[in-house]
Amino acid sequence: MTEPLPLLDVHDLTVEFATRRGIVRAVEQVNLTVARGETVGIVGESGSGKSVTSYAVMRILDRAGRIADGAITFSGVDVRHASESAMRDLRGREMSMIFQNPRAALNPIRKVGHQIEDVLLQHVQAAPSDAREKAIAMLDQVRIARPEERYHAYPFELSGGMCQRVVIALALACRPQLLIADEPTTGLDVTTQKAVMELVVELTRERGMSTILITHDLGLAAAYCDRVVVMQKGRVLETARSTEIFKVPEHPYTRKLMRATPRIGVTLRDLLPPDAVLPDSKPAAAAAREADEPLLVVDDLIKDYPRNAMSRTLASLFRRRDIAEDAAFRAVDGISFGVKRGESVGLVGESGCGKSTTSMMVMRLLDKTAGTITFDGQDIGAVPARDFARSPLRGRIQMVFQDPTDSLNPRFTAARAIADPILRLGTARGARAVRARCEELAHQVGLPGELLDRFPHQLSGGQKARVGIARAIALGPELLVLDEPTAALDVSVQAIVLNLLQDLKTALGMSYLFVSHDLNVVRLLCDRVIVMRAGKIVEQGSTTQVLNAPQSDYTRELLTAIPHPPI
Amino acid sequence: MNQAVSPEKVAPAAEIAAAAIAAATVQAETKAASPAPQPSIFHHARYVIGENPVTGLAFAIFLLIVICAVFGPWIVPYDPLASNEATLAPPSAIHWFGTDQLGRDILSRVIVATRLDLAIAVASVALVFLLGGVSGVAAGFFGGWIDRLVGRLADTIMAFPLFVLAMGIVAALGNSVTNIVLATAIINFPLYARVARAEANTRRNAGYVLAARLSGNTEMRILLAQILPNVMPIMVVQMSLTMGYAILNAAGLSFIGLGVRPPTAEWGIMVAEGAAFMVSGEWWIAFFPGAALVLAVFCFNLLGDGLRDIVDPQRRT
Repeated sequence: MTEPLPLLDVHDLTVEFATRRGIVRAVEQVNLTVARGETVGIVGESGSGKSVTSYAVMRILDRAGRIADGAITFSGVDVRHASESAMRDLRGREMSMIFQNPRAALNPIRKVGHQIEDVLLQHVQAAPSDAREKAIAMLDQVRIARPEERYHAYPFELSGGMCQRVVIALALACRPQLLIADEPTTGLDVTTQKAVMELVVELTRERGMSTILITHDLGLAAAYCDRVVVMQKGRVLETARSTEIFKVPEHPYTRKLMRATPRIGVTLRDLLPPDAVLPDSKPAAAAAREADEPLLVVDDLIKDYPRNAMSRTLASLFRRRDIAEDAAFRAVDGISFGVKRGESVGLVGESGCGKSTTSMMVMRLLDKTAGTITFDGQDIGAVPARDFARSPLRGRIQMVFQDPTDSLNPRFTAARAIADPILRLGTARGARAVRARCEELAHQVGLPGELLDRFPHQLSGGQKARVGIARAIALGPELLVLDEPTAALDVSVQAIVLNLLQDLKTALGMSYLFVSHDLNVVRLLCDRVIVMRAGKIVEQGSTTQVLNAPQSDYTRELLTAIPHPPI
Repeated sequence: MNQAVSPEKVAPAAEIAAAAIAAATVQAETKAASPAPQPSIFHHARYVIGENPVTGLAFAIFLLIVICAVFGPWIVPYDPLASNEATLAPPSAIHWFGTDQLGRDILSRVIVATRLDLAIAVASVALVFLLGGVSGVAAGFFGGWIDRLVGRLADTIMAFPLFVLAMGIVAALGNSVTNIVLATAIINFPLYARVARAEANTRRNAGYVLAARLSGNTEMRILLAQILPNVMPIMVVQMSLTMGYAILNAAGLSFIGLGVRPPTAEWGIMVAEGAAFMVSGEWWIAFFPGAALVLAVFCFNLLGDGLRDIVDPQRRT
């Protein structure tokens, strides 16, 4: 055998969870090796067992879970049978982990410098005398500017990307041999994602470390990993070099996953499996064809948030007019745009750019500070948000929310949720008529009728998204605001939901205002794109124009930061 | 608890978070792995009780208390108010709990007293549930002046030692069972208002509340139809937990001579009457009503813990 021993060898791993409905196998017969200095990506959709595999490697499984079968060998140590104290020693020093939500992984009331010191002292990597110095050196290594100053920062004072850098510093403080990154950039902006991933790759290369990158994003895995492992339902389907897996995917599931990933040069239909049954969508006769008439016009819209009521009161008390006026935070700063009938407009930008605030004001859930919002010739901006529920226009502007779970009342069945707008504003009267309308809507969004009597927690993510969409179209709205409707969904479900939205738009003649951070999705669904940054519109124009020949540097930066699978 | 890494050691933040996230993910993944329909609340309750037999015990005691309260006057061996010649008789086969200074059977008195004590507790808890629950939910949901009003009211009540406040209310309003109920309700008001406020406040901008606004619901309807049903489970747990306290409070007021008057059978009065005989060795007069009191309070507290497990979504693995 000339092959050197791998750093991590997972052999026939099976993990079981004891639930009240019996034993559930989360991971079955998984084989995985990681060589020294190698970066391996584990790709799969939710429930594929990718996280459970990594928790088993670290032996941090939930109390109900246990390694039922197989062996895990980490640089000669039998992880499955090692004592808890041996594992504690291993974790952090030999292998460490970074998580999806960096803010949750940091102690909110401790300075980040002290948190790094804690790790160093715990694993005897530093003496109390030089811990501070080493902690600052770590912050410097993860490219945090002015590390001496940031040593004293609390997590809430840092941005999401900065927090993730601190978490990386924590993970790498003891120079581990293996780094497990569990969705390290989900929830971060695309430009931040690029910076964080490049940092991880650079540091691991510098130190000759091995990395396991757990992700649902094929593009990300392809861009940063040497090898890719594709998992589904607890099993490994395919392992291959990342340069090859995307050129010649062997397993049908890998092919389906790759198909469903939005990318350049495809249409929405291409995302679906080739054998998918497409509903025949006939365009609505009346609404769609008056394309030039503006449905929504937003003019010079401004939203200020008071920064801190107390400091403003104090400032005005001491006659410091300048501070008193400065005390407001301008989330949306004089933006103007229009949405025509039957058009879909994408509103894109990174977190904090004001795109959600804008959509909430258009929805009349939030009051504007200044400017006008005109819907079908009527100034809806003048109606206070709390009175708009009783406006006759309410039913004509509806919204699909980002999180399908959060937007459904856990105590209402799907049918009750869909019926809510019909009962309040609809024309159907009587239990039977309402039920019939619910069933019709469920059919329209492709929700099986027997699921209508289930509660949200009995539905899958995709089914919940369908309930949310059915509720939004229940009143036949003319404008639908979609606030990242697919951000919480797996790619294959996202492909189906995006196609559904497209079909509904043609069938019902609606206009869409599509709020998203994902330019690839916007490219597929929208006719026009508005790019926002720090409350202002940076660029707007037709989708092809903005995304293929961007005029502003910011749009270009956003576009180059998206990792693309090499197809 | 569910953490794989014991939190008492000085672990780095990342490690503790690992355990927490592991627990959360594992729940999500096991849920995804088993598409079987969610069991009913009955099955869920049976599962929780099976995991925690103490809750089952508490439930058994609760049933016993309810039976005593409902059927008490028919199942007792003697008339609770009738004297007989054997005064101050120690526990025996004839009088299981002994007799008091007037020769009344203590077992009969303890059982019959259950109804009155439970009635006071149930009435006061129901009253405070209505007052505190509704005003707390409104405060949390609407914010603004309602929130400030309810908040200051709760602060004012909590500024006094609660038992002394209850004494003051009963003394001022008059010595009656109704006023005991009222006083117990008032001193529990801050607990309910605060819990309801916090629960409603975290939900006021939940996705489904926004969606309800889009559907044309008025704010009041959102409060009643969307928020209240979601706050209810926590409030029910709160009710069970304060029930024990309400019983104790009612007995305490009677003990110091407020509210229920002798010769009515009531645990607090019985303890007060028996206290004088403790020194002369007749311990059973105060002991048995006291034990009944302890058992009832104990039962409601355990039941509250069990109910919390039943309604806690974290336990729904």
